[in-house]
Amino acid sequence: MGYAAVHDDDHHDHKPTGIGRWLFSTNHKDIGTMYLIFALIMFFIGGAMAMVIRAELFQPGLQFVDPGFFNQMTTVHALIMIFGALMPAGVGLANWMIPMMIGAPDMALPRLNNMSFWILPFAFILLLSTLFMEGGAPAGGWTMYPPLTLQLGDAFPFLIFTIHLLGISSILGAINIIATIFNMRAPGMTFMRLPLFVWTWIITAFLLIAAMPVFAGAVTMMLTDKFFATSFFSAAGGGDPVLFQHLFWFFGHPEVYILILPAFGIVSQILPTFARKPLFGYASMVYATAAIAFLSFFVWAHHMFTVGMPLAGELYFMYATMAIAVPTGVKIFNWIATLWKGSMTFETPMLFALAFIVLFTIGGFTGLMMGITPVDFQYHDTYFIVAHFHYVLVPGAIFGVMAGIYFWLPKWTGHMYNETLGKWHFWLSAISVNVLFFPQHFLGLAGMPRRIPDYSVQFADWNMVSSLGGFVFGLSQLLLVVVVIQCVRGGQKATDQVWEGAHGLEWTLPSPPPFHSFTTPPQVTEATAHS
Amino acid sequence: MFVKSLRNIIRGVVPMVLLLWTTVADADWALNLTEGVTPISHEVYDLHMIVLWIVTIIGILVFGVMAWSVFHHRKSKGAVPAQFHHSTLAEITWTIIPILILVIIAVPATKTLIRMEETGDAEMTLKVTGYQWKWKYDYMDEDLSFFSTLAKASNEARQRNSGIDPASVENYLLEVDKPIVLPTNTKIRILTTANDVIHAWWVPALGWKRDAVPGFINDNWAYIEEPGTYRGQCAELCGKDHGYMPIVLEAVSPEEYRTWIADTKQAQIDALANSDREWAQDELMTHGEEIYGANCAACHMADGKGTGPFPPLDGSALVQGPAAKHIKMVLDGKNLMPAFAGQLSNADIAAAITYERNSWSNATGDVVQPADVKAAR
Repeated sequence: MGYAAVHDDDHHDHKPTGIGRWLFSTNHKDIGTMYLIFALIMFFIGGAMAMVIRAELFQPGLQFVDPGFFNQMTTVHALIMIFGALMPAGVGLANWMIPMMIGAPDMALPRLNNMSFWILPFAFILLLSTLFMEGGAPAGGWTMYPPLTLQLGDAFPFLIFTIHLLGISSILGAINIIATIFNMRAPGMTFMRLPLFVWTWIITAFLLIAAMPVFAGAVTMMLTDKFFATSFFSAAGGGDPVLFQHLFWFFGHPEVYILILPAFGIVSQILPTFARKPLFGYASMVYATAAIAFLSFFVWAHHMFTVGMPLAGELYFMYATMAIAVPTGVKIFNWIATLWKGSMTFETPMLFALAFIVLFTIGGFTGLMMGITPVDFQYHDTYFIVAHFHYVLVPGAIFGVMAGIYFWLPKWTGHMYNETLGKWHFWLSAISVNVLFFPQHFLGLAGMPRRIPDYSVQFADWNMVSSLGGFVFGLSQLLLVVVVIQCVRGGQKATDQVWEGAHGLEWTLPSPPPFHSFTTPPQVTEATAHS
Repeated sequence: MFVKSLRNIIRGVVPMVLLLWTTVADADWALNLTEGVTPISHEVYDLHMIVLWIVTIIGILVFGVMAWSVFHHRKSKGAVPAQFHHSTLAEITWTIIPILILVIIAVPATKTLIRMEETGDAEMTLKVTGYQWKWKYDYMDEDLSFFSTLAKASNEARQRNSGIDPASVENYLLEVDKPIVLPTNTKIRILTTANDVIHAWWVPALGWKRDAVPGFINDNWAYIEEPGTYRGQCAELCGKDHGYMPIVLEAVSPEEYRTWIADTKQAQIDALANSDREWAQDELMTHGEEIYGANCAACHMADGKGTGPFPPLDGSALVQGPAAKHIKMVLDGKNLMPAFAGQLSNADIAAAITYERNSWSNATGDVVQPADVKAAR
């Protein structure tokens, strides 16, 4: 049925040509591709900054950069990875896959979709240009606390402007995603038949709409403090620097779920496919994701336990934070139950998805440890925290995105990627990422603070190990570029279904799908819905 | 034969695993949190170990099940996929059990946190103020205060490509010119605040850290059970030298503490009295170089050439111009430059200014005396 509709489109399958095709695109596939390519480029730029950081931290003493520049690197590395790599990659995958997964011809608001993307290159040119300005790039941490951030040079207003642009891009994208999923599902595609990736994106989109405006508000208050004589964050004027932290983290905690939820969705698509078994506990998975998102608004101050809160606050946030472990655990158990008594094969997407479960869970464990307020007084602002969030973001979110890329590349391009190279990329990444980040737990426990360019000699050994892991990890990512380019250009022809265990509307379309797919909506039944 | 080697393996592995989870004596390759020297630090360490063990055991169980499944339920082994995909009983079980585990953790955590916030009935108070980039300590009951900065040897070695091997500097980056001294077996209230941006005061051996927020005072306490020297660092990004403002705390018996207080106050009085005299130029230059290195070079650089937003002093119009303007700048500060009137004595300021006016390519020949600085305040 879907194929017949598509066959009709073949002779209308003309795409625009030239640079206009990309600049003025209103096509979810092209826009998805642009988001993904942009994200990959930013991943390497942010990665280069990480290499500068690990090179300086390779040995005690200061060899390569001055402390001020080192702080610029840590700050911009984080801003780029979070807002330039991970979030655009998630939106790119959403753009490509959501319309096909729900049987829709495109996103609800295609021109808005175009603008949401093109804001990004502009915003990041703005941010990266601050590296060359008087005073350098922002250097107060990606968390940009005042009063320190108010000491920035010319980069300050550019930082704020960049944040506003990124927020607009995300909010508009989120509106588009919600409008699309709510209004354009094919007949028979009820909410409880949606693929999990679509569910996690619905929830992520609501988180974005609720959280990003708060971030915008907070940075605007900092802007007016600097230029228009307000004192929101200045005690001398009757304000409070800690107010910024509350506002920032009220955004910041939902933000970390914005970063991980799409990866949760991807893993929930991949495991059933390669275990050849339906996702275990579909309803539970939806409710658990919604519970995580809901709870995420009530735990923000665990990022600021040492700030000097009243005891009642410290206790409340400890309990609330611990509570999030419950729905998160539910998801992990459901994934493992999906594998149990399946019939597994281990192509590259599956390898990344399996590694995700183990390594994200390790990050989850340290997250629980950090939620225990009295002990967090020792962990906070040390490398233990750095290790935690890198575990959930790198072998967590990034591995999830990579799993999705390998999973869907054959659908997008019509060619199978090089499985041998894919496996090499996986194993090199999976091993080196642990060499890079696991020792950082030890460094934090042993007493090494974060955001320092040089350290006491007793921290030298683990720092060297971590840096070596970093260099291998960084180099290994070049393999992904090779895989992607090779796959785009050619390779073994991919079938519609691509993977033996794949189920869902997107796998009824040809590989690659026509420029406009599902121009006639398919009729969906329980049997043809999600995996 | 197999059982014997298995037993031997376990005999070797178990102590190794146990070793991993205990504090390692060798500071290099350190793996774990310190147990510290206060009742609170011990409670915190115990809590940390309990949660660490719980998550480790859960991890072994969960990953074990997963590994077993990955090994056995594979297509290449001929596994046929089952089709079950839900179980309400399973969902309830793996919701309730984690909740119970969390409650078990929350109870001792609550007790410890409540105890940590009981700052009342202290026997003395130390106020800690974070500056960019040093700490100021005020012994509130003793009318004694001083700044504590990164020690000279560390400061020289840490410069980019200094050529000095950090391993050759004792307590590299963890040594200061003036450590604080505190009495053991005394409940000490420690207030934290800051002068400019947010810092954080952290001595791991005490078991906690707390932010030092400008305009606000945070309230903490410590009861040090063992004499010794304990080192810590600033733990909140506070600018370029965030990594270079350590804390050194010497815990001594209450009697030794009292002696130290008396001696230090006397030394301060002597230094002040001695310093307001007339100084010779070479004395000012020598002392000035020290003061410059510890207080000015961070921004204006050791070669006086400045960097980024911090202007050069070498060849500067202000430094080569009238001394009065130069003195005013140092006393009052400007933008990112602090007002050193509150931080340095007349003699220190006079020496630094004299040094600047006669170093690098500056050759004013001027000598600024402590009395000149005093008059300008």
